[in-house]
Amino acid sequence: MSQLLEVSGVSVSFDGFKAINNLSFSIGPAEMRAIIGPNGAGKTTFMDIVTGKTKPDEGSVLWGDMSKNLIGMNEAKIARIGIGRKFQRPTVFEDQSVFENLLMAVKNDRSPWSVLFFKPKFKDLAKVEELASEIGLSDQLERKSGELSHGQKQWLEIGMLLAQDPQLLLVDEPAAGMTLGEREHTTDILKEAAKTRAVVVVEHDMDFVRRLECKVTVLHEGSVLAEGSLDHVTQNKDVIDVYLGR
Amino acid sequence: MDFVKKHPSLPAFIATLLIFTLAVTFLSEAYGTGTMSTSFVKTLGKTLCLALVAISMDLVWGYTGILSLGHFAFFGLGGYMIGMWLMFARTKLIVVESMAAADIPATAMEIKDAVGTQIFGVVGSSDFPLVWMFAHSFWAQIALVVLVPGLLALVFGWLAFRSRVTGVYLSILTQAMTLALSLYLFQNDSGLRGNNGLSGLQNLPGLDAVSQDAVSIWFFWASAFALLVTYLIANFVVSGKFGSVIRGIRDDEARVRFLGYSVEGFKLFVFVLTAIIAGIGGALYYPQAGIINPAEIAPIASIYLAVWVAIGGRGRIYGAVIGAGVVSLVSTYFTGGQAPNINLGFYTIKWVDWWQVLLGLSFVLVTLFAPKGIGGLFDLISGRLSPSRKGAPLGPDQGSLREQEAEK
Amino acid sequence: MIRRILAACLVFLTLALSAQAQDRTIQDVLQEHAEAIVKSSRTTIGPAIEAVANSGQPSAQTVLQKWQNKDMWQWSENGFFYAATVDGSEITLTDFDTGDIVATVAKGDVTQLKPNSGIRAMIGAALVQFQLNDPDAERRREALLAIQRDGEASHLAPLRASIETEDNPDIKALKEVTERLLTISFDKDDARRIAAIEGFAASLSLDARAALNPVLSAKLVYAEDLPETANIKREIKPGSEALSVSDAFALMVSAGAATAQPTLSERKSALTEHIIDGKVGGVPVAELTRQDARDHAYQALASEGLVPAFDPAFSMEAAVKGVRFAEVYDEPSAAVTDAAQKTLHTINRAVGVNQFLDLSLDGLSLASIYFLAAIGLAITFGVMGVINMAHGEFIMMGAYTGYVVQQIIPDYTISILVAIPMAFAVTFAAGVAMERLIIRWLYNRPLETLLATFGVSIALQQIAKNIFGTQARPLTSPGWLDGALVFNDVLAISYIRIAIFVLALIFLGIFLFIMKKTRLGLETRAVTQNPRMAASMGINPDRVNMLTFGLGSGIAGVAGVAIGLYAKVTSEMGTDYIVQSFMTVVVGGVGNIWGTLLGALGIGFLQKGIEWFNPSNTLAAQTYMIIFIIIFIQFRPKGIIALKGRAAGD
Repeated sequence: MSQLLEVSGVSVSFDGFKAINNLSFSIGPAEMRAIIGPNGAGKTTFMDIVTGKTKPDEGSVLWGDMSKNLIGMNEAKIARIGIGRKFQRPTVFEDQSVFENLLMAVKNDRSPWSVLFFKPKFKDLAKVEELASEIGLSDQLERKSGELSHGQKQWLEIGMLLAQDPQLLLVDEPAAGMTLGEREHTTDILKEAAKTRAVVVVEHDMDFVRRLECKVTVLHEGSVLAEGSLDHVTQNKDVIDVYLGR
Repeated sequence: MDFVKKHPSLPAFIATLLIFTLAVTFLSEAYGTGTMSTSFVKTLGKTLCLALVAISMDLVWGYTGILSLGHFAFFGLGGYMIGMWLMFARTKLIVVESMAAADIPATAMEIKDAVGTQIFGVVGSSDFPLVWMFAHSFWAQIALVVLVPGLLALVFGWLAFRSRVTGVYLSILTQAMTLALSLYLFQNDSGLRGNNGLSGLQNLPGLDAVSQDAVSIWFFWASAFALLVTYLIANFVVSGKFGSVIRGIRDDEARVRFLGYSVEGFKLFVFVLTAIIAGIGGALYYPQAGIINPAEIAPIASIYLAVWVAIGGRGRIYGAVIGAGVVSLVSTYFTGGQAPNINLGFYTIKWVDWWQVLLGLSFVLVTLFAPKGIGGLFDLISGRLSPSRKGAPLGPDQGSLREQEAEK
Repeated sequence: MIRRILAACLVFLTLALSAQAQDRTIQDVLQEHAEAIVKSSRTTIGPAIEAVANSGQPSAQTVLQKWQNKDMWQWSENGFFYAATVDGSEITLTDFDTGDIVATVAKGDVTQLKPNSGIRAMIGAALVQFQLNDPDAERRREALLAIQRDGEASHLAPLRASIETEDNPDIKALKEVTERLLTISFDKDDARRIAAIEGFAASLSLDARAALNPVLSAKLVYAEDLPETANIKREIKPGSEALSVSDAFALMVSAGAATAQPTLSERKSALTEHIIDGKVGGVPVAELTRQDARDHAYQALASEGLVPAFDPAFSMEAAVKGVRFAEVYDEPSAAVTDAAQKTLHTINRAVGVNQFLDLSLDGLSLASIYFLAAIGLAITFGVMGVINMAHGEFIMMGAYTGYVVQQIIPDYTISILVAIPMAFAVTFAAGVAMERLIIRWLYNRPLETLLATFGVSIALQQIAKNIFGTQARPLTSPGWLDGALVFNDVLAISYIRIAIFVLALIFLGIFLFIMKKTRLGLETRAVTQNPRMAASMGINPDRVNMLTFGLGSGIAGVAGVAIGLYAKVTSEMGTDYIVQSFMTVVVGGVGNIWGTLLGALGIGFLQKGIEWFNPSNTLAAQTYMIIFIIIFIQFRPKGIIALKGRAAGD
């Protein structure tokens, strides 16, 4: 099976500190993957590199069947070819309504000129409705997103992520600040998404990771420490040493 | 109708502008009772142009979060472009007239040389610099009114945005651009008559028979019409998804980028569009002012522009119009010496001297206590009050709106 | 009568006395040449002047001076010459040898000697040797400098004669230099001139260049019939930068090698003169709006012989083509001009090096001024991230504080010493007040801070204008800062600039000390990096912010005093520095004092460098510099020294 994203030999350092050290990672087109690791392991920096926010010092990031090199492309372009990202802190446009937030994310031509003369078509509205019901915000469409609760914002952001219709989702701590019920719902959404696309979830909460029922990659000091099923990696001595603790 | 529903302020604005225009016309010396002096009509016409450029400032700052300290430079450039044609055409008419008395009729070359001497004698030259190559053509200069500010904004914006200079850095950079431009124009060999600037712009070539009373009203109408069109364009731009995206850029640029929008492209679009609007405003303003010189372009003018928008209420188009109108008219009132002095016994407050102080301090007070500006009063009336969350900004970006500024 | 006898007796007595001292008196010399002196003709006076000058009498110089100033009178009583002072109609005569008053006589009894200007110049030349041999060294130096400024061929001989006997080494060197300058200009012998020219190879003085330049003066000529002996500098092609086609043609015309064509305006006035019945040469006047119609009409007039002929096909380019033009030295000797050329080249190279050093010093001092203006910002903007548009007005407040202090304390040295802490105190207080009242409500909202502080800025500016008026106020530096440290004629730096440079270094030291070594610096860095964490560790962020902002503002005030010494103090002086200061901090890299230093150096040197290319126009230099900075920021958006990684916070 050809890989959707292939990261190989990537390193990056900030003022001498190696945040990512010769990291290699790959994921297939319809796969769920969880990334765990202690603080400072390079999880966020890894996402920064894939989404174009940080330029690596060396290594390559290849995308899709055509093996397109992502290094050197800007964030917007990477987002347009199908990589969506959800941040650790929920970042939605607080001054704008839920509807506006979702509509902005729905996949359409992104050039300034066509955005200026954009009129939402029926399918766009339908898509917004569908996503809103999926993330449980159907009643809140006209509310300003700044007034939503923390969990609702998280969902709105996941909704925006899905609206972009990406082939790869990078999700940073989606369950933070959610109640148990909300977490289960989030798990369902992600699992559903992973049927048709690749999903990478960064999470600290082991129970949440277990519920995802997927392959796990453990990062430590900027490189892969272990990879495999959750049970497999939790047995790993190194992982226990550096992360799980005895 | 959908458009109007989305913009409840629109009918009110159009009605106000219409009534205002009619009232001024009926009070004017040329077409009405003559109660209103021609110079005051000109002041009002100029104020409309300032409101126009304030709208462009509001688009670029209030909506997109770029605090540009260069929009008055675009305004001035527009004025220079139209001024070149006005000055050239009128000087040519005068020269041709004076040469007609000679024994032998003048050749085109002789006329051109005489016009050159007439215009550039003041800077010790008589040749037309390259920048005047289109000055003979009205339509070419009209095109330049749009093209020159537009191109400058395009080049500068492209350089600035692609290197991701944001926030105050961008403000300082735009201020530097403005300073460079005004210093350049201050030179005698800039080709635009150095610190003398262009003058006599109030006289329309070939319309000497028409009195300034009528001309002032014509310009007033033109300014009002331009303001209306700009208002509609601005509302259109900020309404749909485009407005959504640029407000997103203002509040959280990085997030917009991760949604796949080319932030640089949108910023550049808004920057160039507003520069063009400002240029058009300048082209209407300076024929009413009669003179333009590099001092008009100095960075402080652009900062004042930001002041007007802030006092009027940024992030809403009518706020910009109100801010520009109120502040510039009140300024005219105080600095024109009409305001009565206040005698404190030991010291007499002359408003000509102290107005600037009052303006500066009131600006501080508005920034501190009324971030919504005058436009916020409308929210008070309509009862749209936002909850207090200690005024945290709505996004991580430096230009982002604060919560108490956002409408509910 | 009695008076006359008395006077005569006195004269006799003095004559006798001086006869006792010396065999001959100056009066004897004068009497010997009395006829020539009275005749006062340029052709015959020479020996008389020479005789007086070479008489060896101590009063010879006085005689010549009085003579030259028309203060020498002849008494008809005895035919003697005296120095005289006129008081109304009475004239007091003084003997040259003794200096005694001889008599007071009526105007009719004496005749004033009125040498014409030619003779006065001859006397002047004769006087030079006295000045050059004056016992007072300072007088000799003055005489030499006067000769250097305004030398004449006649100075050469006395100057050469005086070198031998000169015992003051400084003056001797000066004499030798002056002698060479005169030799270059006036000597008849080429070999000596060349030697003198080559003697200047190591000199930088303006005088040496001034002496060499006239030797090298050249003019453009039509070179076809140039004599063989002409000292040609170079041949020149017409149409080049040195010689335009029309100038070349004019040279040909004035050399008689070509006939001038009537110019455009001559032809036009010729046409005007020949208007007959609304027609010129058969062409109606109304049709003369085009040049070809005019040419046609003129041609018609010319064929009738009414106006000089004009060939419409004539072109100056064709006329000057293949014709030789040359630049010819006024100096006939090629050996002399070659030597001068070579020496001047050597001098210019040395001058170039020194000018470069001088420019570097200028750049350095400009950099110190920018650094001084920006260092306060490096604290408030660089460290705290507060953008203070009123920073320029704090500089202005500091400068005005200095001015007020000078009004109270008249001694400039003491007043400057008082002004510096005063300025710090005043602007520190203003900064603290501003921080407390405005800025602390706007932390993390830089754009609002920018606008609010701008409001403060325009208010402060207007208040200063209301108090001090619009005209510039002087801030006088103490006397010991006047003048300049002069290395040579080209390289010099004024003491004020040195003082500003030293001040900038001191401030750099103070900044580093406070930020790295004191509690306040530590707390400031802690608060700016993480205010909550700092607060939880017992630091009071309010207090730290207030003090840090006050410190930055206070430094701006002191910078104001320094800048005021160097530039004029006006209410608008702040605006001159604010953009530059921000540029300095931004270019250098925010949050790093070394970056600010590099930024100031870069901007200072760059501005001087641009001015060097285009010295006439400082406005253009500023324009280009700002454009350069805008482009620079494209490549290093974070400045020269940039923070990297997550700390950069982007």
